Amino acid sequence: MVAYIVRRMLQSILVLLVVGLVAFSMFRFVGDPIEQLLGQERTQADVDRLREALGLNDPFPVQYFDFLVRAVQGDFGISYRQSRPVADIIAERLPATLELALISGLLAVTLGIALGVFTAIRRRGVAANVIMSTSLIGVSLPTFLIGILLIYVFGVQLRWLPTFGRGDVVDLGWWSTGLLTESGLKSLILPAITLGLYQMTLIMRLVRAEMLEVLRQDYIRFARARGLRSRAINFRHALKNTMVPVITVTGLQLGSIIAFAIITETVFQWPGVGLLFINAVQFVDIPVMAAYLMLISVMFVLINLIVDLLYVWVDPRLRIDGKTA
Amino acid sequence: MVDVNHRLTIDDLTVEFPTRRKLFTAVDDATLTVEPGEIHGLVGESGAGKSTIGAAIMGLLDRPGRIAHGTIRLGDREISGLDQAAMQDLRGREISMIFQDPLTSLNPLFTVGEQLVETITAHLNLNAQQARRRAVDLLDRVGIPEPGRRVDQYPHQFSGGMRQRVVIALALCSEPEVIIADEPTTALDVSIQAQILDLIRELARERQVGVILITHDMGVIAETTDRVTVMYAGAIVESGPTVQILGQPQHPYTKSLIAAVPRPGLKLHRFPQISYGGRETTFKIEDLARNWPVQPATDGPLLQVQGITKRFLDKNSLIPSRRRYFTAVDDVSFDIRPGEVFGLVGESGSGKSTIARMIAGLYGMDAGRVLFDGTPIEDDVDGYRRQVQMIFQDPYSSLNPRHRVDAIVAEPALHLGVIPRAQVKDRVAELLDRVGLGAEAGLKYPHEFSGGQRQRISIARALATQPRFLICDEPTSALDVSIQAQILNILKDLQEHLGLTMLFISHDLPVVRQMCDRVGVLKDGALVEVAETAQLFGAPQHDYTKELIRLMPKTDLLSDEGLGSAAE
Repeated sequence: MVAYIVRRMLQSILVLLVVGLVAFSMFRFVGDPIEQLLGQERTQADVDRLREALGLNDPFPVQYFDFLVRAVQGDFGISYRQSRPVADIIAERLPATLELALISGLLAVTLGIALGVFTAIRRRGVAANVIMSTSLIGVSLPTFLIGILLIYVFGVQLRWLPTFGRGDVVDLGWWSTGLLTESGLKSLILPAITLGLYQMTLIMRLVRAEMLEVLRQDYIRFARARGLRSRAINFRHALKNTMVPVITVTGLQLGSIIAFAIITETVFQWPGVGLLFINAVQFVDIPVMAAYLMLISVMFVLINLIVDLLYVWVDPRLRIDGKTA
Repeated sequence: MVDVNHRLTIDDLTVEFPTRRKLFTAVDDATLTVEPGEIHGLVGESGAGKSTIGAAIMGLLDRPGRIAHGTIRLGDREISGLDQAAMQDLRGREISMIFQDPLTSLNPLFTVGEQLVETITAHLNLNAQQARRRAVDLLDRVGIPEPGRRVDQYPHQFSGGMRQRVVIALALCSEPEVIIADEPTTALDVSIQAQILDLIRELARERQVGVILITHDMGVIAETTDRVTVMYAGAIVESGPTVQILGQPQHPYTKSLIAAVPRPGLKLHRFPQISYGGRETTFKIEDLARNWPVQPATDGPLLQVQGITKRFLDKNSLIPSRRRYFTAVDDVSFDIRPGEVFGLVGESGSGKSTIARMIAGLYGMDAGRVLFDGTPIEDDVDGYRRQVQMIFQDPYSSLNPRHRVDAIVAEPALHLGVIPRAQVKDRVAELLDRVGLGAEAGLKYPHEFSGGQRQRISIARALATQPRFLICDEPTSALDVSIQAQILNILKDLQEHLGLTMLFISHDLPVVRQMCDRVGVLKDGALVEVAETAQLFGAPQHDYTKELIRLMPKTDLLSDEGLGSAAE
């Protein structure tokens, strides 16, 4: 078990090193930082001095190593555009994105699983068929369109909910939350639905398919033959067995909720890291882009690690110490 | 003394499955009675409606099946018309069921104890501690050692036979009056099968449980049941005391079914084929002989297996000395003479299939070598592959479902370039015709064929390169006994008319007795005995061989009518 975790960690570190290389390469190959830092009126001496000071004359591996050492310490350099440490900018923006991702993730998982189980158990019912047909819309409409539609209906026409920004936030010192104020919560609703809708329909359809598969298994028939109640069969025996594939996909989807919040954040002008990234791309703010890339890959790696541990928790067959006796 | 309150009575039961095109009658006017303490065998081939009767009793018919008319009564209470809630109450409490495959009938994610306790508390008014104590008792009663420890283990930590015991313990949770056992030993080895059948007999005798034993295995019926009911195409053809039905069958179907059962005691030249219901198939293997290359004369053995060993990694580690291996095949040597059928028998996990795959070149070897016609097989891989073809156990998974049958049969010949492309079509048509499917079968897809027909497609595919040597890995263990007789007859024809040499792998001793000239017995990856078939069955030397032969279901009860002349 310990060996399993250690091996997973080592693999994760390898992934991060490779992503780090890509992030670092951006500095080398996407424009020249000296051009960005020094204005029009510069001398060759200035350029040389700065090159030396920034370590740009060192060999590539040495520069990469320095980058890694600083990255591990949370130092991603200074934003070209805002002239502030990138780490500070991200720390400021991260709560907004994480709160949005958390709420839409919860929405997607709870509703997705509940509806998936419902449509599987009542698969001939009218309600289940209506849900299944409606879910096609969720799968096929692009995120930005859903966002714009929601803004039009609930923001412009009905005027129930705000259409941009986070509303009022409460500053907890190291974290600014929108979850404690009414306007903050109201502001969350539309972006959270927009971001989570696709994942929710995906999880729902997956849970339904897996559940139907599991319900055909012999052990479910045997559970029925033993006279267990339908509720115990559906929610204890069947649901737990659908979880392994669902965890995989859900884990990856939660990763992409964070990574691809970019579109939702742009549509709703949500002040998170996704919006920050879009702005950074427009202004070729390479340190911000690199830091964002690293941040997202850390998230994915972490989520995958959690997914792997969850497997073992759900499925006793994966616990290697338990050999057939 | 018979307690009529616990008698299960089925009267004129008809079960229908309405489909879009027509009404399919799965069970047609079935009538039978199971007394307490009696083991009532329900025998027939797949699709005969045996399992449907079981499901109808349990109220677990698959959609859209329904009881069209007839009644099922337990004592004097009618249970066929009960609603879902009343049925749920009855299931497990008064009527329990045991399924075929112990590997799939337990939920892999819950411990054995959790599954027992939830079943106990569903039926009996016990608290958690009492239920757990009862769970441990039940495990003890079905013969699981150390029940107190094993109750907290997961199903995958039990072997197949132990799992079937757990399944039986689950069926016993609230002392049912009737147990329906649907092929309870089909997935098990003979030694385990004997134990499980003993356990079922004991339950019936000591606790006066009425048992319906659904099986296709005449040997199991002969050894275990008091009464037997024979089904064919949904209808009961004959019913009565086991001794009478098996010894003096009256109905022609029962006669043909019994005649198709391979006997361990008597070697036949050909199996009598079931001729009931017009399902005869004709195949003309001897016609293939006209175009078949004459087998080159070989002095020595055709295939020599010399000390082959295969180890699988059991537990990996970065440090080589800490890696643990499982030796699946341990220093096995034997020779196969030209034109001979060499049998390999053993229980599951004994390494039979691993040896087949090593000889076929699908697995590498950790030690030893295989010589074909005096040449090590790795010296001429393509030539060897042309000469050696394989027939697999499961006809459902060994044919690519997305390929047409003609493409499947042509593939080995095309791949190995045995014959010019232009002739492949004719060869495929000829082969399909000779195995009794007809050339037009090539235009269809595998799912349009039954299990036996698919196995004949496999045989046609194996013959496409005109090989000299066939490896048959349990070629009939997934088939009904009448279909098995067909396939075995085809294989016998291949040996006789085409002079093919075969390695025949099986766990079924009577089948091996019928098919093989010499037999090797495998135990835990090692060959414990090799002998001429008659000698092995007549005077086994090794203790393990004696044990296997002792455990074979006895077929002495079975009528000898229609067997024809013996080969020896």
